[in-house]
Amino acid sequence: MGDLFDKFDPIIAEKAALLATGVNDPFNLVMEKVHSPTEATVNGRETILVGTYNYMGMTFDPDVIAAGKEALDQYGAGTTGSRVLNGTYQGHREVEEALKDFYGTSHAMVFSTGYQANLGLMATMAARGEYIILDADSHASIYDGCAMGNADIVRFRHNSVEDLDKRLGRLPAEAGKLVVLEGVYSMLGDIAPLKEMVAVAKKHGAMVVVDEAHGMGFFGPNGRGVYEAAGVEADVDFVVGTFSKSVGTVGGFVVSNHPKFEVLRLVCRPYVFTASLPPSVVATAATSIRKLKHAHNKRQHLWENSRKLHSGLKAKGFKIATETAESAIIAVLMPGQEACARMWSALIELGVYVNMARPPATPAGMFLLRCSLCAEHRVEQVDIIIDRFVQAAEIAGIPLD
Amino acid sequence: MAHTRDTILPKLMELIEPLNRKAITLTADTSFASDLELDSLTVMDLVANIEDEYDIILPMNLLPELETIGQLADAVAKIVNG
Ligand SMILES: Cc1ncc(COP(=O)(O)O)c(C=O)c1O
Repeated sequence: MGDLFDKFDPIIAEKAALLATGVNDPFNLVMEKVHSPTEATVNGRETILVGTYNYMGMTFDPDVIAAGKEALDQYGAGTTGSRVLNGTYQGHREVEEALKDFYGTSHAMVFSTGYQANLGLMATMAARGEYIILDADSHASIYDGCAMGNADIVRFRHNSVEDLDKRLGRLPAEAGKLVVLEGVYSMLGDIAPLKEMVAVAKKHGAMVVVDEAHGMGFFGPNGRGVYEAAGVEADVDFVVGTFSKSVGTVGGFVVSNHPKFEVLRLVCRPYVFTASLPPSVVATAATSIRKLKHAHNKRQHLWENSRKLHSGLKAKGFKIATETAESAIIAVLMPGQEACARMWSALIELGVYVNMARPPATPAGMFLLRCSLCAEHRVEQVDIIIDRFVQAAEIAGIPLD
Repeated sequence: MAHTRDTILPKLMELIEPLNRKAITLTADTSFASDLELDSLTVMDLVANIEDEYDIILPMNLLPELETIGQLADAVAKIVNG
């Protein structure tokens, strides 16, 4: 009789071989204490966090925490229900209002995670005989939503306006089409040429969704995302986002101006068939979103931090995935799996936490150490991070240019 | 010129040959996963090349059903003449 787990043997063996080289396990880390958005105790060691997507440092904002505590006292620990049954509290309405205000849209729909927002939108918006056209480097939640629905799925080469145009041109003119883009691609930290891509999508009569998971809070005059900075707000039909990065808690959303948008609350299965977010979470999210709208100084400091880390690591001879700091993600290229794990492990022992990424999550089989900056990183912390990268490269035997 | 399975099959073999790292003999029954062991990036390039050759779209969701070169030829023929 076959053991259903046998199919995972290659993965189990790969992990065992990696750990046998003596590195810390990059996928089994515990944050023992968290002191601030940028500092934690990890493996008993004081550690600078530079891989948490906590871009705007809202997790410890005193107003945000106070709002969460108050909601916990007033509304209890959880809703025990779906948004369409007993799970819509005052706080869920308020966070949707905060989103509408932040994005300047007429509709906002809050999901329990960003993953589910993408799952729901992709699986529901395009049906049999319709098309989803997505960037090859799209997030797993977008791919999974496509797999869940019945539309025909067409991929185009990452960030290639020409390839998108060519593929859209081959589809039946009258068929419904949804083009899926991301503002910031989180693996390499590169941004999409949204002005050109959205224009091409509109030329072919497609609707457009932009996932701004890694752009919310610090791109564009109001911090709406890369699509705002690119000036294409009027041509974007849906924006998907998450509370798990700049907002500093957990949850996902879609905002739109489409007059029929509200019907999605009835037909989107990942919205209907799961419990809604706890009252404390939506209260923290609403407070955080209202503050993000006016966080101009924080935005500026976050950009300064990103540029400083990018140029600092580059000057020390590290290879970075982008020529300049295009976003708050700085992805450092590593020569291979073992070197990447050794470097990650050395950084942990020096008290720096970064994000390790490897295939299949990364494009083109790359091994990456991804840094994500925070508006709360002090300039001195960025200097320390750069110094420790250099020390770790020496310990791990990574050649620098 | 009308494309049929018989014209498409040799063309596909021509496009697949550069990816045939184990230098096996390609037939209509050659399997992408077990014989050619193509990774997902290579598959994406191959699909793009086939799409460009026939000026068609091969939706991603069709691919899991296409196990062999012969099945792929049938699918391309159906789309081209569809
Ligand atoms: C581009 C993108 N979309 C969606 C998500 C999902 O967000 P969440 O953490 O809220 O599920 C993420 C984060 O992992 C992401 O990077």
